Amino acid sequence: MVNRIVTGAHYGLRDWLVQRVTAAVMAVYTLVVAAYLLRQSSFGYDTWIELFSGNIMRTFSMLFLLSLFYHAWIGVRDIVMDYVKPAGIRLLIHVLVILALMLYVIWSVQILWGL
Amino acid sequence: MKFRIYRYNPDTDTKPYMQDFDLQLEAGDAMLLDALMLLKEQDDSLGFRKSCREGVCGSDAMNINGRNGLACITSLSSLRQPIEIRPLPGLPVIRDLIVDMTQFFKQYHSIKPYLVNNDPPPETERLQSPQDRLELDGLYECILCACCTTACPSFWWNPDKFVGPAGLLQAYRFIADTRDQDTAARLDNLEDPYRLFRCHTIMNCVDVCPKGLNPTEAIGKIKDMMVKRAV
Repeated sequence: MVNRIVTGAHYGLRDWLVQRVTAAVMAVYTLVVAAYLLRQSSFGYDTWIELFSGNIMRTFSMLFLLSLFYHAWIGVRDIVMDYVKPAGIRLLIHVLVILALMLYVIWSVQILWGL
Repeated sequence: MKFRIYRYNPDTDTKPYMQDFDLQLEAGDAMLLDALMLLKEQDDSLGFRKSCREGVCGSDAMNINGRNGLACITSLSSLRQPIEIRPLPGLPVIRDLIVDMTQFFKQYHSIKPYLVNNDPPPETERLQSPQDRLELDGLYECILCACCTTACPSFWWNPDKFVGPAGLLQAYRFIADTRDQDTAARLDNLEDPYRLFRCHTIMNCVDVCPKGLNPTEAIGKIKDMMVKRAV
């Protein structure tokens, strides 16, 4: 393979858009949780149990975490694209990051639904 | 007035160094370029580019006290001393304040900076309505001095792949031109994780543009157009 600068992968728009949408989801979730916690007179284990016992909150939390992971994937990928020049190592790091994030998704489900 | 100027002559110097200069000059209305020309009389080995000396040609872009700008329209009285002058960051230095702009212009040419219109040319000119012409304001004024592009970290890391703010501003200048017929191909050309989406909207380009232009806004409009055609 000749060593030439190649561009033109024809993707990027979706990631850019997804990063914005996931940021909005995370912002809303953060505000909701902050508002809930600020209305409590005392913080404790009970507060957490009450907040996360409902299925709606669990689902919303899962949505938040999925948004976080997808958002993080795009951000980390961009950093790797900037700083890691050899394509082979870049691909390896991409794969490792994706696998780690998929493990986080499984772990998140286990935590939220107490499996 | 005190100056610290980046010096490097690849023929004689093993590495770059900063040289101190002292100049007997009242700042007054003088511009930095005036001072540089007086300094060149002191030491004629000092190398820098200049031409129009009124902010139109874009030759004398340099890094002035840590900020990119044109020496000819930067007034001396606005600068803190010692005035530290370096070449534009992120481009190879040819000598002293002269940088190799090849990569910058390569990116500029990659966006086809010319009107593409396959209709037979009319007898007089291709007319635009005043409203359509208005769309080009804030775009056509770019003088390609490279202040913005060389202030952009995304360009520093990927000068071979990221078009850079100046190139993208010009890309939008032709996308926004109602006389141009190549919009779809222009958007295709830019839809790339490196060429366009290295821009993370940090707005260094807007901060330094000596002509007061807004490449970030133009890049945003390109992205908006891509979203519009995709959804």
